[in-house]
Amino acid sequence: MLHYPGSVRRGGSGPVKNMKKKLKLTKVKVSRQREIAPGVFVLSFPRIWDFTAGQVIGIGGHETDEARLYSIASGELDDEVDILYNINPEGKLTPWLALLNTADTLWVSEPFGAFASEPGNGWWIASGTGIAPFSSMLRTGLGAGKKVLHGGRNMQSFYFRDQFEAGIGENYIRCSSREDGPGVFHGRITKYLMEQPSLPVDEKYYLCGSAEMVVDVRDILIDKGVPFENIISEIYF
Amino acid sequence: MQKEPLFGKTLEELRQVALTLGLPAYTGGQVAYWLYKTDITSFDEMTNISKKSRTLFAEHYDFGVKAPLRVNQSSDGTKKYLFSSGSGSYIEAAYIPDGRRHTLCVSSQAGCKMGCLFCMTGKQGFQGNLSAGEIVNQLRSIPERKLMTNIVYMGMGEPFDNVDQVMKSLEILTSEYGFAISVKKVTVSTIGIIPAMRNFLENSKCNLAVSLHTPFEDERRRLMPIQHVYPLEEVISTIQEYDIGRYRRVSFEYIMFKGVNDTRRHVNELARILNKVKARINLIRFHPIPGTPLECSDEATIMEFQQALNDRGIVTTLRASRGQDIEAACGLLSTKELVKAQKGGQ
Repeated sequence: MLHYPGSVRRGGSGPVKNMKKKLKLTKVKVSRQREIAPGVFVLSFPRIWDFTAGQVIGIGGHETDEARLYSIASGELDDEVDILYNINPEGKLTPWLALLNTADTLWVSEPFGAFASEPGNGWWIASGTGIAPFSSMLRTGLGAGKKVLHGGRNMQSFYFRDQFEAGIGENYIRCSSREDGPGVFHGRITKYLMEQPSLPVDEKYYLCGSAEMVVDVRDILIDKGVPFENIISEIYF
Repeated sequence: MQKEPLFGKTLEELRQVALTLGLPAYTGGQVAYWLYKTDITSFDEMTNISKKSRTLFAEHYDFGVKAPLRVNQSSDGTKKYLFSSGSGSYIEAAYIPDGRRHTLCVSSQAGCKMGCLFCMTGKQGFQGNLSAGEIVNQLRSIPERKLMTNIVYMGMGEPFDNVDQVMKSLEILTSEYGFAISVKKVTVSTIGIIPAMRNFLENSKCNLAVSLHTPFEDERRRLMPIQHVYPLEEVISTIQEYDIGRYRRVSFEYIMFKGVNDTRRHVNELARILNKVKARINLIRFHPIPGTPLECSDEATIMEFQQALNDRGIVTTLRASRGQDIEAACGLLSTKELVKAQKGGQ
């Protein structure tokens, strides 16, 4: 059994004022954990609630922890919930998460959030692990008419590549900033978008990733005539 | 190796430092006095502490007060101070004099992760959290320090994305051992990160300002991505759980965007959602930033909007535009400095 480093409860007569918990966490058992790229993991546990593709859950190492938020990467009807994460060496939670094995426990909140994709033509644009909500949407059957732009540093950064190639086909575009590869656009997502002679202005653009990527992509889309009402962003913080 | 700064530590932490150095705990209190009540900038000037103890502190710790890199002054008296933070990033603090009121607008992060459509700081990405010392230093190191009547956390960054350091800085600003500023004169502004906001509401009595900008969920999502995770409705209901109005003032910030959030429909919805909240709305004229699709509402519309809100019983103030000739939009000065530094480094 792994003990989470932040799981010590405050006791005694100290100022334990923060008693109203923010997110109610429920204990679940890890069903599996896979390292899909160096330092990048998919952690799975049995689904215990319904959710909408694009939603997030809070995860903690203990019931009383301040939960960190992660997008669900699995489909709405999948038996298991998949969480995609990379290790933040300075963080407390992800180095611990990476050590979990099957049957170990962790604490999760109910799903929440409203980053939902409308049916019809549209763009899903992600960098790094920002692909997770779009994986969930694809696995829920919302991929029809969507173009997927995924940015990563190298060829190993295109998490869930197989499922996107199978589900989206030629509309799945990988942008690698540091490594060349067959069928991969060499450069950042921003470069790919800037090089497009025109972009459909009446379609929805869903963005997920770092604030820097979201802000840069949004600026380019606006510059190319996409009304800001058609740009829906989810940021990682 | 870089020494840890002493400035920015709480009284309790300073006592612990003293004990660790083999000094009596009360020396921590003496150090707090020199750090937060005086203008000194070196250990040698702490004249009521023995020379031996001062040497010990200097051997192990950096004093931690950093002067601003430069200041831009507006014709209206507003000053914008630029500070360096961490490796190659910049932060800014704005001093805004207004009659007998002297306000300092401080930053809590270098850059920001929140990606709001109307914000210049978001365009420079996120460089890092400020320490409590770096936050409080924005007050300590400027010449207007002793004039200051109000502190607002409305500069760069989202305070509740750096809540631990912000809470620590609030303690130092408002404690008797620190700057002893009244909690009623300190306001923290947030886009509504609910868990951290709860922490603040339960552990601080300072005022709270929430960036609202539109009462409609769908519109707010376009302006502020945080709406996907922490919707305004939940932010307001969380605030309602606390006995606001009695201990603290809660206000809602509302930047006026032409044709986006300045209609009668918005007035009606604001009146509906704020019906049970004892709060005021601060209307703010939008300072245009490069590349934004947004414009400021025209003056007549702003006046009508304010009147309509007042008619619905919502106390509404309209902030005067200040410092427009010195990159007043939050984040503009530091972004320019960052771009300059990056070009210099290429």
